[in-house]
Amino acid sequence: MDVEFTKEDMAFREEVRAFIEENYPKHLLGKERGNLSKEDFLAWHKILYKKGWVAPSWPEEFGGTGWSVTQKYIFNEESAAYGTIAPLPFGIQMLAPVIYTFGSQEQKENVLPGIASGDVWWCQGYSEPGAGSDLAALKTKAVLDGDEYVVNGHKIWTTLAQHADWIFCLVRTTTGEKRQEGISFLLIDMNTAGIDVRPIIMIDGGHEVNEVFFDDVRVPASHLVGDVDKGWTIAKFLLGNERSGIAGVARSKKAIERLREIARGELDDGAPLIESGDFSRKIAELEIDLTALEYTELRTLAAESKGQGPGPESSLLKVKGTEIQQRITELTMEAVGNYASPWVPETMIGDNYMAIGPEAAYGATQTYFNTRKTSIYGGSNEIQRNIIAKMVLGL
Amino acid sequence: MDFSFTEEQTLLRNMVQGFVRDNYDFDTRTKIVNSDTGMSKEIWQQFAELGLLAAPFPEDMGGLDGGAIDIMVIMEEMGRGLVVEPYLPTIVLCGGILSRHGSPQQQSAHLPSMVSGEAIWALAYSEPQGRFNPTDITTSAKEQGGSYVLNGQKCVVMGAPWADKLIVSARVSGGQRDKDGVALFIVDKSASGVSTQDYPTVDGGRASEITLENVEVASDALIGTANTGLSLLEEALDYGIGALCAEAVGHMKMLNDATVEYCKTRKQFGVPIGSFQVLQHRMVDMFMDYEQSVSMTYMVNMKLDESADVRRKAASAAKVQIGKAGRFIGQESVQLHGGMGMTEELSVGHYFKRLTMIDTLFGNIDYHLKRFAQN
Repeated sequence: MDVEFTKEDMAFREEVRAFIEENYPKHLLGKERGNLSKEDFLAWHKILYKKGWVAPSWPEEFGGTGWSVTQKYIFNEESAAYGTIAPLPFGIQMLAPVIYTFGSQEQKENVLPGIASGDVWWCQGYSEPGAGSDLAALKTKAVLDGDEYVVNGHKIWTTLAQHADWIFCLVRTTTGEKRQEGISFLLIDMNTAGIDVRPIIMIDGGHEVNEVFFDDVRVPASHLVGDVDKGWTIAKFLLGNERSGIAGVARSKKAIERLREIARGELDDGAPLIESGDFSRKIAELEIDLTALEYTELRTLAAESKGQGPGPESSLLKVKGTEIQQRITELTMEAVGNYASPWVPETMIGDNYMAIGPEAAYGATQTYFNTRKTSIYGGSNEIQRNIIAKMVLGL
Repeated sequence: MDFSFTEEQTLLRNMVQGFVRDNYDFDTRTKIVNSDTGMSKEIWQQFAELGLLAAPFPEDMGGLDGGAIDIMVIMEEMGRGLVVEPYLPTIVLCGGILSRHGSPQQQSAHLPSMVSGEAIWALAYSEPQGRFNPTDITTSAKEQGGSYVLNGQKCVVMGAPWADKLIVSARVSGGQRDKDGVALFIVDKSASGVSTQDYPTVDGGRASEITLENVEVASDALIGTANTGLSLLEEALDYGIGALCAEAVGHMKMLNDATVEYCKTRKQFGVPIGSFQVLQHRMVDMFMDYEQSVSMTYMVNMKLDESADVRRKAASAAKVQIGKAGRFIGQESVQLHGGMGMTEELSVGHYFKRLTMIDTLFGNIDYHLKRFAQN
């Protein structure tokens, strides 16, 4: 048993680090996710694409890098440490594996290149007002009419749908006794007539998610992925992929670094807050919990490199990872003291904005508010615990 | 032993509750928060007409002779409606200081316009380097031929954009964190040398950064003596905590009720999600935290008029309870509402935001744990 990296791994780390430092668009450094334009989201994606590094997890024949599990880990770690805006997961991480695992030859040829290049922006049409934790309760209907499906329904919490060119949807093609049967996986062009995207404004003031309405939307039947009525298998496969990588260890490390920096600048009775025993103890606890999560993730990766796919254990990574992310943002808000209070709208952040309080405090509270979503999305943490109870403990 | 309210207090509660219900629903509140000024002068005037702005002051000052318990009742009901109008800074903090420690001249000069709703006040005590410690003061007040000249910076002054008058803490002598040498001054916000930078706060309020540059005030602007301002300030902040705890209890009640109701009606897997034991126990914990918070709110408000030592410990203890319970109830209310709890559209997120900021106001959990331990 050892966790040392080989010489080759170390050299690879240097290569990745050098590439990021040289090529990452400097104007994006330190930009909060809530303030990104469509171009901002895609800038690094396109650079990685040119380098051939945009989709490390894909099989090489479709444009993957052929990296070992360790190399992928190193790549993610270096990217997070630099604070890069990672390519969005909807195409690269969620849809692409579905396409190369379940898709037709034609779909592989049509869909994958656009995801890799960043020319086609995908969003995820899963949740509905009545189908959240209970995803199989979904009601959006697709009825076959000739060689087209006619789609009617209502999706919600659709992240960044305002930028999307296409949406992958779970739709009901048959209404039967077993709800999981009768669901299909359908690709829909967002430019089709009858689609209406409406923004949902969240408590941090950001527009990240949307409602998507379908009113007699006609979709070619060839856009169905896999077998009709067998979409639930695909849905579960995709959710498994969504959870892996959700631990966010490297990004949390970076966030703790920022927290330390803020606590060094904030004064408490004339001394830096970081020197306060109470506060430094809380940071220490976070770091220890994060170390535990890091080693748990490494064990998962090691198992994966031996061909054991991520099982229900990935639920553990999701629960612990998001809890740690939430605690970091909570402690960051706490660190800035009175300056947790000013509301800094997105439009006010930037060169023309007159500063209120230390710059480090900007958006700390909004980030805390925003991060409450992490224990809700991607299968709530309650659902993840149910999965572990059922699949791991056999309860 | 008696925890019941007097008939007058019950009437007061019913009146405020009715007013908030009929005139301050969530849509109205949203419009007020999003308006240019961020508060409603009309609502403020109605508070005056209902006697709420006079409630805590002695009769001979034009008040209704109420006490901390009356303020508690009012603040709890305002908390239920997420009222943003500056009852806490104007009436509880500044009005409290003036009525307890102002000279007869200061009281007759300022309380009538406060009670009538004409003048709004803010307490400018916190400073950028001071974190939660009101003793950490660099703002200076130099005596100069019968008047004082103030210089310094005050941060995140709650309600200041609406204020006509300020009470400012400043150091007449001593080192930056000395307990002696602190004085409180009445300062006109329009006085020459006062500049403000106003902004909205994350919980729907407004605040200002205030810079004082050679602001000259007459010696009759000094409240109490030039050396004892800190004890006045600390006392005012503890009264503020008593009121703030009551406001928080109002938020908690609304969140718990809304969450239980949501879990009874929201169906997943063919049943209301409230039928899941894991969620039931979570709501039971929220309920227990609420009840403990009510108890601590009663406790602190009954002890505010006792000796400074007793008052201090009571205020810090209550503030820790409210901070912890507010965090738990706020976070879990959002969690149990799922994505909906994260939206601007539902009131749940707004109660959560206000409760989050209440922990920061007047010192957070860590600050008051330490203060409790040291007293």
